[in-house]
Amino acid sequence: MTNHSVSVKDLTLNFGAVKVLKNLTLDISEGEFIVLLGSSGCGKSTLLNCIAGLLDISDGEIWIKGKNVTWAEPADRGIGMVFQSYALYPQMSVRGNLSFGLKTAGVPRAEIEKRVARASEVLQIEPLLDRKPSALSGGQRQRVAIGRALVRDVDVFLFDEPLSNLDAKLRADLRVEIKRLHQQLNNTMIYVTHDQVEAMTLADRIAIMKGGHIMQLGTPDEIYSRPQNRYVADFIGSPSMNFIDGQLQDGVFARGDLTIPMAGYNYASPQPPGGPATIGIRPEHVVTGELVGNAPVQLDVTVDIVEPMGSDTLVWTEVAGERFRVRMDGHAQVRHGEPLRIGIVPARASLFDAKSELRL
Amino acid sequence: MAQARKRRLRLSAIIGTVPMMIVAIGVYVIGIAFTVFWSFTDSKLFPNSTLVGFKQYHRLWQDDRWLVAVQNIWIFGILLMVFALAFGFLLAVFMDQEIRQEDLLRSIYLYPFAMSLIVTGLVWQWMLDPNFGIEHTVRSLGWANFQFSPLVDPNTAIYGLVVAGIWQGSGVTMAILLAGLRGIDAEIWKAARIDGIPIWRVYIFIVIPMMRGSIGTAFVLIAVGVVRVYDLVVAMTGGGPGISTNMPAVYVIDMITKSYNVGQGMAAATIMLLPVIAVIALIGLGRIVSTRRKNAAILRAEATA
Amino acid sequence: MSTTATSGPAAAAAPRGPKPRRLSVARIGLYGFLIISALFFLVPLYIMVVTSLKTMPEIRQGHLFGLPETWTVQPWIDAWMHACTGRDCNGLSPGFWNSVKITVPSVFISIVIASINGYALSFWRYRGANLFFGLLVFGAFVPYQVVIYPLIIALREVHLFSTLWGIIIVHTIFGMPILTILYRNYYAAIPSELFKAARIDGAGFWQIFVRIMLPMSVPITIVAIILQVTGIWNDFLFGVIFAGRNNWPMTVQLNNIVNTTTGTRTYNVDMAATIITAAVPLIIYFISGRWFVRGIAAGAVKG
Repeated sequence: MTNHSVSVKDLTLNFGAVKVLKNLTLDISEGEFIVLLGSSGCGKSTLLNCIAGLLDISDGEIWIKGKNVTWAEPADRGIGMVFQSYALYPQMSVRGNLSFGLKTAGVPRAEIEKRVARASEVLQIEPLLDRKPSALSGGQRQRVAIGRALVRDVDVFLFDEPLSNLDAKLRADLRVEIKRLHQQLNNTMIYVTHDQVEAMTLADRIAIMKGGHIMQLGTPDEIYSRPQNRYVADFIGSPSMNFIDGQLQDGVFARGDLTIPMAGYNYASPQPPGGPATIGIRPEHVVTGELVGNAPVQLDVTVDIVEPMGSDTLVWTEVAGERFRVRMDGHAQVRHGEPLRIGIVPARASLFDAKSELRL
Repeated sequence: MAQARKRRLRLSAIIGTVPMMIVAIGVYVIGIAFTVFWSFTDSKLFPNSTLVGFKQYHRLWQDDRWLVAVQNIWIFGILLMVFALAFGFLLAVFMDQEIRQEDLLRSIYLYPFAMSLIVTGLVWQWMLDPNFGIEHTVRSLGWANFQFSPLVDPNTAIYGLVVAGIWQGSGVTMAILLAGLRGIDAEIWKAARIDGIPIWRVYIFIVIPMMRGSIGTAFVLIAVGVVRVYDLVVAMTGGGPGISTNMPAVYVIDMITKSYNVGQGMAAATIMLLPVIAVIALIGLGRIVSTRRKNAAILRAEATA
Repeated sequence: MSTTATSGPAAAAAPRGPKPRRLSVARIGLYGFLIISALFFLVPLYIMVVTSLKTMPEIRQGHLFGLPETWTVQPWIDAWMHACTGRDCNGLSPGFWNSVKITVPSVFISIVIASINGYALSFWRYRGANLFFGLLVFGAFVPYQVVIYPLIIALREVHLFSTLWGIIIVHTIFGMPILTILYRNYYAAIPSELFKAARIDGAGFWQIFVRIMLPMSVPITIVAIILQVTGIWNDFLFGVIFAGRNNWPMTVQLNNIVNTTTGTRTYNVDMAATIITAAVPLIIYFISGRWFVRGIAAGAVKG
């Protein structure tokens, strides 16, 4: 075997007649931070529950640390798990919560105390050890929940939307802490979320899921810069990518009067194909202001709606009859009805086949 | 090994629920099967297995006592349902007007439900006793011709039971409906006030339809109580005068314990089961239809999206 | 200009400050209805209490509503110790202790079984579990008369008919549908993540039940206890059929005292006996307050 920490092979899961996961294969290396990202119902949490052994799978294998654990009990898989609702045992103190699993496993008392002490030190929850979960704030609760995984001294951590119940500021704080924890422990971590900021900031690799399939598996940069299909391109990025349907012919994308020569575009296949295609351009990749002159393609548009957001301003316009968003500087002075000159850099755009929706 | 452990865990769950399996199968499948089976036999004091076809049912529907019992359960059931729901709803609406001493009033309306139906039956036996109760009191106050003693007359005794039933059950109905009223989104009331809709219209056209759940709960509670009514009859009238206040539940028990006519008693019991099965089948059918409709709506929504 | 518009016609001219509250006709009618209704529920209890404290000669004079002229507690003593049920004249006290002997174990056993059922049905759905649950839900609606005779025969076969254990088993059986539904619904509302966390911590069926679920079940168990204690204490039908003469609960003895007396009726003793029988559930009702209502709402199966 290679040094995969977690391997999912041909995993299939059916609920009755419904196929929730379809022939999924995923290899995760030692110490890697993998994020499973997707909208609700895509199967990401289901996949995590299968890896944890909380759901019985219909077909395929799951390997953890070189052992086939497909039929093993959750407690025997060498995993720790952190849940969205924290899932702390409400009638036990923090100490009780941390030590319950170890007691169940018959770990000697001295060892339990040592591990609880170390985990609470790492997470800075020592002053909370004798409190009940109901006396903790949301952030503290989630720290205890992480601590419960930590004391198990396992190689693989599973996170099921751990930050979704927290408010925006706490979420940002704990996100950094999870990243620090990963740098410190270097465990394998599998993290499920629907929040793309969490995914981009935390992950070594992101798996974007839809309908029980992995649509793309790659580093955050690959996912952002070279989405493999239209779904991923649309899903990642906020505000999301602008799409214009048209024709690709001899390296030039055209839609009515609009023509964009795709010079400098890195095609997925060696021969530039032709036919119906969709071009995708991220709002933040549209050039405005003084730099427009440098852009290979320049267009004149009319400002429709202006959404100032502080750090930057989102401007809605129209290109070739399609809604088209442009991200401008926060100080940009634009108003409804004014003309605006924008520049497009084909090298940073994405092209998709109109039918298969795959990257060209 | 891993699988063995899994099997062991599942086994604990099965062992833990053995009593449930025994009761579910033993009482509600095998028990009912025996009851139905004996209804087709000529069992007298003890059950036997001499099959006689529908003879017991035939005799049952020629027995005056049974016919009176069936008639009574309709009278009792419908009257109690109408009065308890109406009275309970009025009480609930009035209790919902930010009144003082709400907890005290609630306790008063509800306490009869905490007591045994035997107690309720005896209390109202006395209240309706011509030598002692309401009639006697009103007459001693000067109205010498006042009459209110329904239990003495076979034609009216059943209405005496209804009065006792209302006394026992209206408070619970009130409590359930009040909980339903409180569960309605306060913004509905705000919206209705802004729109200037009269209060009674809000209750009839908006609130009552929104309270389907709790009205259903109260309905089921009363219905189950009606079908099971036994203690009340025994304590209040003993089924009399004559056979005038018999009910199916009383009939079945008397056939088993007094008349030693098990076969006919089981036929009556089987008849009692039929409406229950019919209602459950209707509810089940309703569920299937509504989930189908919901699924179809979801599919349509997905198709248009 | 210091006119504060609190009340009176002046307020109508220049509305300012709090809107005046008037006791409207509607509000008087509302209270009138509520109070008359309260009297309807209270009067029978009042009459029972006063009558139980009167002497028989005074009762014969009428004056149902009047307070006793000569107060006496003798009827209460008679009801407790001397009232006759057919042949025996030991009052209600044997029935009271029988009811205790029946109620305590029945409540305990039925709740233990139902909580395990609810837990297993919520978290360990094995193949077929839902079939059993469906049968129990069905059972909650089945009239007792439909299954009572087969139960008599079955208990007779195992020599438990007319015994204390026989009646305890019967109460456990008939309490099971409603209690199982109660516990299942309660556990179904507990986030399944808690269960998953315990599984990952390596806890098994019984460990999760005892260490995690039971400590969380206090509220529902209070509801279940109220439901069962009042239900079993108030039962008449099962007691008269399954308990046997020696174990007859209080309700059966009360009915015998009142409805089988020959000769003149001793209303004061009968009423004292009735109040004593109703006392236990009434005390539970007044102590438990809102829990009781919650129990009823939970006990009424959601249709």
